[in-house]
Amino acid sequence: MLGHAFRIAWKDLRIEVRSKEIFMTMAFFGALLVVIYSFAFPADAAAVRGSVPGILWVSLAFTGTIALGRAFDRERENDTMRALLLSPVPRLSVFIGKAIAMTVLILGVAVIVVPLLALWLNAPLFDYPLELAAIVATGALGIAVVGSVFAATLLKARSRDVLLPVVLYPILLPLFVAGTKGTAALVQVHPNLEIAHYWMSFLGIYDAAFLVLSLWIFESLVIE
Amino acid sequence: MGRLDRVQIEKVGKRYGTERALAGVSLELTRGSMCALLGHNGAGKTTLLGVVSTLVRPDGGTVTYESGGTVVKGEGVRGQIGLLAHASLCYGELSAVENLEFVAGLYGIPTSGVVAALDQVGLDKRARDRAARTYSRGMLQRLALARALLTKPSLLLLDEPFTGLDRDGAIALGEQLGALKSDGTIVVVVTHDLEAIAGRTDHVAILRRGKLVCEERDRGAYNYDQLKDLYHRNAA
Amino acid sequence: MNKFLVPILCVVAAVGLVVSTWLVFYGSPLQYTIDGESGRLVGTSLFFNQKIFYFHVAHAFVLFAAVGVAGISSIFYLKNRNPKWDDIAAGTTDVAVAFGAAVLATGIIWAKAAWDVWWQWEPRLTMSLLLWLILVGYALVRKFAGPSADRVAAGMAIFGMFGVPFIYTMVGADSHPGSGKNGVVATLDPAMRPAMWITVATFMLWFVLLIIVRVQGTRAERELRELRERALDLGVLE
Repeated sequence: MLGHAFRIAWKDLRIEVRSKEIFMTMAFFGALLVVIYSFAFPADAAAVRGSVPGILWVSLAFTGTIALGRAFDRERENDTMRALLLSPVPRLSVFIGKAIAMTVLILGVAVIVVPLLALWLNAPLFDYPLELAAIVATGALGIAVVGSVFAATLLKARSRDVLLPVVLYPILLPLFVAGTKGTAALVQVHPNLEIAHYWMSFLGIYDAAFLVLSLWIFESLVIE
Repeated sequence: MGRLDRVQIEKVGKRYGTERALAGVSLELTRGSMCALLGHNGAGKTTLLGVVSTLVRPDGGTVTYESGGTVVKGEGVRGQIGLLAHASLCYGELSAVENLEFVAGLYGIPTSGVVAALDQVGLDKRARDRAARTYSRGMLQRLALARALLTKPSLLLLDEPFTGLDRDGAIALGEQLGALKSDGTIVVVVTHDLEAIAGRTDHVAILRRGKLVCEERDRGAYNYDQLKDLYHRNAA
Repeated sequence: MNKFLVPILCVVAAVGLVVSTWLVFYGSPLQYTIDGESGRLVGTSLFFNQKIFYFHVAHAFVLFAAVGVAGISSIFYLKNRNPKWDDIAAGTTDVAVAFGAAVLATGIIWAKAAWDVWWQWEPRLTMSLLLWLILVGYALVRKFAGPSADRVAAGMAIFGMFGVPFIYTMVGADSHPGSGKNGVVATLDPAMRPAMWITVATFMLWFVLLIIVRVQGTRAERELRELRERALDLGVLE
């Protein structure tokens, strides 16, 4: 099952590497968001620094959701999702493969947005690189897992573009909040590693719980 | 993997919200036959095809797949099903070869069959390594057919395959299907193009508002006039 | 379902409403805190305004129950696709959206009375808001997703339900000390407890009653539709 999942993930990543469409547009979009936020705040350095974690996670939320929509749209263009579900691979492999590919994609966007934030808003995001990487990675994984379930289920639905955020944001809220608070603990004037670790475990448990739930009900959601 | 030789559809029903797509449809498909699934738009043909292809879960009834007398389930069934639809089922960013190699990997077939499948449908050699989104409609159609045939399915489902094909293309596809049928494949075609399947169809099933209103397999092969007659008498 | 069930429940709920309203306004003491020695008022004393607390809490209990019922119902629906589970999930969330709006409205009034701000990101209010958002999202999906709405909505209800413990942990961990409503139920003046629990019970009953009526309505619609289809098939209808 995992073998097929990697094959599907690899196919997705290969397509993305060739066209680079999602990565480039989302990275640019993320950068634009950072620029807009930069103007939204007064020149007060403390206020800006305090808002950086929120900006990071809002950007990940927006870009992640659009990337999900776009990536699954590709499977809709030529009805290839139907072909995937029809093939003899376990349907969970389709889910896992997609989730892996989306995680990589969202991480790719984060790799662009985080340094830009550090640069334009003078935020000390790299003081604790390992912790930050862990928080962003678990966050991206959570978005990818939950997002893949619903993007696949919504594939044939009406209004799917706007319904994807409607469905995802209430469910992902704990993830965004945990990510924000964890990042804040690292970036604030007196960094508090204990709090950061607390939120890191929160994210880990969240990801684990929702991964298990997704594996359990993916097939019943996606088959009509 | 055991080749399917019989599919028994028993009192299958399906509802989408407030809409009834299928009700109490029973049908038997046997090897070496071509079944034409006819009916107006919205009669339930695509839904029935969805149920047979395991992509749609019926609200009631069962579908049983048999191979040599034993019942087959799950992935064993899916490995034997081929699908040819109006969409190409292929990724535009990948080339023909890459698309088919991907499919081969999913179905556990050696990639050596890829070139043969492309030859069988006559896809231009120079195009095989170009991204599929650069293909013309005719080439995409061939690619889609190669994809369906690559896995050597024993149950081939076709959803409006003749739409958008020119006369020559339709004739060629019709011949392919005839050959497959003689080979023992179970072929099910949903189409409005009666001319293209005339002379090869030996089993006719007509749906109206989700119910099977007519089913016949008396003659060896139905010609165009017989098909048209059956359709006009039952589909409305 | 017993045809007397709805009328009986209606009567009980009506009685409950009268009783709990009486209890809230006459049967429970005014809330104020007096320093034992000086006899002066100290701390938060809301007097009459505190009465809204009873209604607010009752509706909040209902909100939690709704997410749970919708989630479990949706699990059953996905497993066996029996439409009755879908009806229950849909009916529950519909009613719960209205109840949730009541929670937030009363919460806003409470916040203004107690802390002189229109909103406070304190645990219970935040949690109610987040649960309400899940329910509203569900309602939107049901309305706009087209034929696959039942599946997407079921998924959302289940994921939403699983998210509740995380929301709970998340808001709890952020509580500012002494922000007013922490442990309010536990430290409640014993004289107020009967009023509170009876109000809660009444509104739960009212909630269940609304769901039953709603589900019966949906079921009747479905039966009518099926009858019509049978008639069309037989050629009795045009």
